[in-house]
Amino acid sequence: MSEPHLLVHEHKDNVGVVVVEGLKAGTDMLCVVTADNSSFNLTAKADVPIGHKIALSDLKSGDTAIKYGEDIGRFVADVEKGGHVHVQNLKTKRW
Amino acid sequence: MALNGNSTVLAYRRENDRVGVRNYVVILPVDDISNAACESVANNIKGTIALPHSYGRLQFGEDLDLHFRTMIGTGSNPNVAAVIVIGIEPGWTKRIVDGIAKTGKPVEGFSIEQNGDLKTIMDASRKAKEFVHWASELPRVECPISDLWISTKCGESDTTTGLGSCPTVGNMYDKLIPEGIYGVFGETSEITGAEHICKERAADPETGERWYKMWKAYQDDVIEANKVDDLSESQPTKGNIEGGLTTIEEKALGNLEKIGRECRYIDILEPAEQPAKGPGLYFMDSSSAAAECVTLMAAGGYVIHTFPTGQGNVVGNPIVPVIKISANPRTVRTMSEHIDVDVTGILRRDMTIDEAGDSLIDMIRRTANGRKTAAEALGHREFVMTKLYRSA
Repeated sequence: MSEPHLLVHEHKDNVGVVVVEGLKAGTDMLCVVTADNSSFNLTAKADVPIGHKIALSDLKSGDTAIKYGEDIGRFVADVEKGGHVHVQNLKTKRW
Repeated sequence: MALNGNSTVLAYRRENDRVGVRNYVVILPVDDISNAACESVANNIKGTIALPHSYGRLQFGEDLDLHFRTMIGTGSNPNVAAVIVIGIEPGWTKRIVDGIAKTGKPVEGFSIEQNGDLKTIMDASRKAKEFVHWASELPRVECPISDLWISTKCGESDTTTGLGSCPTVGNMYDKLIPEGIYGVFGETSEITGAEHICKERAADPETGERWYKMWKAYQDDVIEANKVDDLSESQPTKGNIEGGLTTIEEKALGNLEKIGRECRYIDILEPAEQPAKGPGLYFMDSSSAAAECVTLMAAGGYVIHTFPTGQGNVVGNPIVPVIKISANPRTVRTMSEHIDVDVTGILRRDMTIDEAGDSLIDMIRRTANGRKTAAEALGHREFVMTKLYRSA
């Protein structure tokens, strides 16, 4: 298998993690779901640093972000499929 | 096949039958104002190490208990061959000496009042020299790897720790806990967001309930009582955010990957408390700050620490080797001198978690046999006491 650009923990997840340096907007990313090594392709809509997250579908403000198959917080702004997910659009539901 | 037919290490069998992987003669200050004398002794006598710290005066109640537990636990750690204890006065000095003496190892106390620094330093230096001669002739002997006590705590986490380095530690525990080692994880605040999962990972429901009460008490009594915002930039830290972690929930779920798929924790330890329910995995109520947490686990008796890092936490400990594991290719490239186990292959999908776990076990064995970790070679000796509240 060639090296993936994005890793996704579980099929339920709606975000994945960029695992290559210097990812550019427009890249046709190879995405791998680590739970079963299945793969799919997705186009990055932004330059996203290694370790940062990308939305796997169009997500709306108020939606719950799912990673590890679990709730990791609430979107506070809309983010398009392939867009950068971080502190500008996702907040904790705790403290 | 984790142990690959190689299930022993060459290490130090102590008087109380515990196994240590280092052989320090420690010069231990009871209190902050005895640091100078301890550092002078360590300067006089080569092969000793002073452990200066900031506390030990006018503490009381639970905070004082924790101080004594940390001091006695540090001196009692099997990585320590012998201990010189120096305090300003004889009472609390003796309390620490007596606590360490229960292990059977050589320990002697000195106090400064009515002697002054100079006489104390001379007397303690003579005894320290005796201890060094004795300790330096102790041989490493063959010990089963199952006699090791191995702790874990991650730091400067990012999204790669949850994908790679934390599951590597989890895989190690899944393989070595059944062999009979003692394990421990902690970081109470950092389980927030995964507490429902952590509660279920107890060996039985009663232990899970006790864990949940402990976690909730920290949440209510410390976080809710003292927070002024949503803990932005504290939990997660600035470094976590730089590495792509956005929320405490996301950080907690990655953190919990360190306990693998199979392990169940059998008891909950107070900070710096020694486990007493036999081999298995424990949870220690502890800060998520690296040096504080590793210091508490060392005082609990753990002899090797496994430390997953994403963005590159550089922490070490004066008496316990800290093994750094990273899956982040940028960190491994830019901070290579800090990383002992490179598991970047997990992100490239050319290394499995099972293979990564085996490579960590191999590094644990080499470290136990005497290989210096990156943090040891770079001189990281962070010894940081946990303080519960202001002194009297």
